[in-house]
Amino acid sequence: MKKILVSLIALVMVIGLAACTVNGDPGTTEEPGNATQAPAENTEAPAENTEAPAENTEAPAEDINAKSEGVMTYAEYDAAAIDAEVTIEAYVQAHQSWWDDKITVYAADGDGAYFMYDMKCAEADADKLTPGTKIRVHGYKAEWSGEIEIVDGTFEILEGNYIAPAVDVTDLLGTDELIKKQNQFVSFKGLTVVAKKLKDDDTEYAFMYKWDNSGEQGDDVYFDVKLGENTYTFLVESYLCGKDTDVYKAVEGLKVGDVVDLEGFLYWYNGVNPHITSVIVK
Amino acid sequence: MRLPRKLLSVIAAVLVLPLLCTTLWGCHGSREINDFEIPGGFDESRRFEIVFWAKNDTNINQRRIYEQAIADFQEIYPNISVKLKSYTDYGAIYNDVITNISTGTTPNICITYPDHIATYITGENVVLPLDAIMDDPAYGLGGSAIKFDAPSKDEIQKKFLDEGIVAGRQYALPYMRSTEALYINKTYVEAMGYTVPEIATWDFIWEVSEKAMEKSPDDPDLFKVNGQNIMIPFIYKSTDNMMITMLKQKDAGYSTDKGEILIFNDTTRELLEEIAVHGGSRAFSTFKISSYPGNFFNAGRCIFAVDSTAGATWIGSHAPLSDIHESEIVEFETVVRPVPQFDPEHPQMISQGPSVCIFNQNDSQEVLASWIFAQFLLTNSVQIPYSGTEGYVPVTRTAAESAEYRDYLSRRGEDNKTYYSVKIDASKLLLDNIDNSFITPVFNGSTSLRDAAGDLIENVVKSERRKETVDDAYFVKLRENVTKLYRLDQLEVSEDGGRALGKLPAASVWLLSGLAAVWVGIGAYYACSLVKKKKEAAGQAR
Repeated sequence: MKKILVSLIALVMVIGLAACTVNGDPGTTEEPGNATQAPAENTEAPAENTEAPAENTEAPAEDINAKSEGVMTYAEYDAAAIDAEVTIEAYVQAHQSWWDDKITVYAADGDGAYFMYDMKCAEADADKLTPGTKIRVHGYKAEWSGEIEIVDGTFEILEGNYIAPAVDVTDLLGTDELIKKQNQFVSFKGLTVVAKKLKDDDTEYAFMYKWDNSGEQGDDVYFDVKLGENTYTFLVESYLCGKDTDVYKAVEGLKVGDVVDLEGFLYWYNGVNPHITSVIVK
Repeated sequence: MRLPRKLLSVIAAVLVLPLLCTTLWGCHGSREINDFEIPGGFDESRRFEIVFWAKNDTNINQRRIYEQAIADFQEIYPNISVKLKSYTDYGAIYNDVITNISTGTTPNICITYPDHIATYITGENVVLPLDAIMDDPAYGLGGSAIKFDAPSKDEIQKKFLDEGIVAGRQYALPYMRSTEALYINKTYVEAMGYTVPEIATWDFIWEVSEKAMEKSPDDPDLFKVNGQNIMIPFIYKSTDNMMITMLKQKDAGYSTDKGEILIFNDTTRELLEEIAVHGGSRAFSTFKISSYPGNFFNAGRCIFAVDSTAGATWIGSHAPLSDIHESEIVEFETVVRPVPQFDPEHPQMISQGPSVCIFNQNDSQEVLASWIFAQFLLTNSVQIPYSGTEGYVPVTRTAAESAEYRDYLSRRGEDNKTYYSVKIDASKLLLDNIDNSFITPVFNGSTSLRDAAGDLIENVVKSERRKETVDDAYFVKLRENVTKLYRLDQLEVSEDGGRALGKLPAASVWLLSGLAAVWVGIGAYYACSLVKKKKEAAGQAR
């Protein structure tokens, strides 16, 4: 018994000391000038949802526009005033990264789409919000810089599954009709990448980290595309598609003059400002 | 009595395994760092790479100035390489620092708020106290061994320097200072028959804002003052600042220096009731509810915008930066005034802006390299150009009183870029009101209290807009919710002005308990052995 007890105590002490030494004295284990350590990312920073909605090749087996009692149809939601209390049922299409018990979700039914900003969500529940999952959301309709959204929302998961197909809105760019598709999963065909420029800087950028290139890899990536005479600013929202996703890398590889097909969610910020999830250079 | 061997093994395992786990757990994330001692000299034969986490206001010019500063510094100190990581909000820096403290991977230097430092210093020796090194004759502020023209301690604005004192010690150097400004669409105010005062009262702002909600006699969908279908007359960007400033102006409770929470008082309730009325009428809104004040202001959809002077380049018809399409921008005259006041004879406005702190390391030479770079950020070559990127003011008198900076201010309105009038007016606002600026007490938890202050306003405005009943019961519930959300009831009041370390972490409690149990076990075993030996000796003797 004595040997066992002594051995265990010794083991505890040795491991404890070793653990403390490794963590406790970085200055003595590093070469001079090698003090720079890649900053650890905030461990609460969420994993990105890299699943982009896919085309639904099967006819839905359920009535995707059917609503439970007391739940608004999309038309009723659309007609509701800003600040109105709303309850909707829709299908998750994607979500941004979970953070601090909140999550931002893109959802749709057969008639339209919804954007739930900072919806209350436990971390464990975030994993359940896979594309297609049906949810009932209660919250308040709001408008932030032209984006219609549901805020202060709570949700519950229901039975059902639906992935909305991408709606081609290329012909609606530059028209007043486009805003009617707000938040939907959409596609744009044959747009040309044009140079972004900063004031007092002649450099031409095919893309920028943050809107004015003040960011760095990992931040939102902005790029300009042209159709006809009009130029539009699109972006890859880093909380939706992070730096390791295909779309993020694809935008980093864009060149001025590239012709591209794009897919994404029709977000609004003082005008159309889609969150792009797919880029194909033609 | 002897316990069966198997049972003993189980007990030992039960005792030791948690101890093993908690020993590892307790050590994980710990970083023993020695007290910093100023080296006898800086070792220029060694190479250092220091990491600087900086913050810019989504303003590429600020990043460029940081990069230029680093390049200039490295010409003077070629053995110090500075690696820049750029952030655009203080909260993100704070979150990353907190995470990296536990893993020992903090940057060497970072831009911060003193509120945040109050949390950082709950870790032992994490942040470098600057009191001693600032006064060192060789390497202190403007010291003899510094190879550039660094400002002396006396050349830093004392009020700004004192803002870096946390828990009685100097933990931060000021880097830039700003305040909040009231940006006014003078054209619209005068169109409604009012005159813009030198200092606007809250009553004036509420009255004009409600007046601006009047609809056009020709078209009830349009507002009379701007002829548009959107008008939010008054938008306040930072509602935490709004509540803090109003309470300060009213000389009402917010917190004590020791961290006692005083915000839930009758004055707060009265202020919230007033704000709720104008939130309900939609004459008032906030950034969180509607968006950036500048976007509405520049489109002629807002008449009074309160935002930081560090956001002045986004405000006005000719603002060099804008988030809205140029076709939406409306032509009008912008004037810059202090934030609304209750007593215009004694104006009070918040002092804010980035400060710099240095994280301690075991290598004192590396810390010294960081400190030398921190001083470089206070030189005129950095202070003057950076302050010109927004409505900042330099924190050193050497910069503020320099001919170069005076020339910059005097050229107000020469163009809409470098000499943009609204930006320079914003800087002058703070320069003229340094003595009227204030800061809030800093303690471990002051960040939470600040967030809670803003949330009170956001909540009452949203509730009024949603036609909820805002009555006694509502305010009781609001207090409960905000207290719970921000854990205000768990903040500990400290006698030294903010250094309360709180309860021991659970891991530490387990570790200490486990160690105690092991020693008790050793003692008991030793005692049993002694008894057993004595019995055996007695038996042999018989």
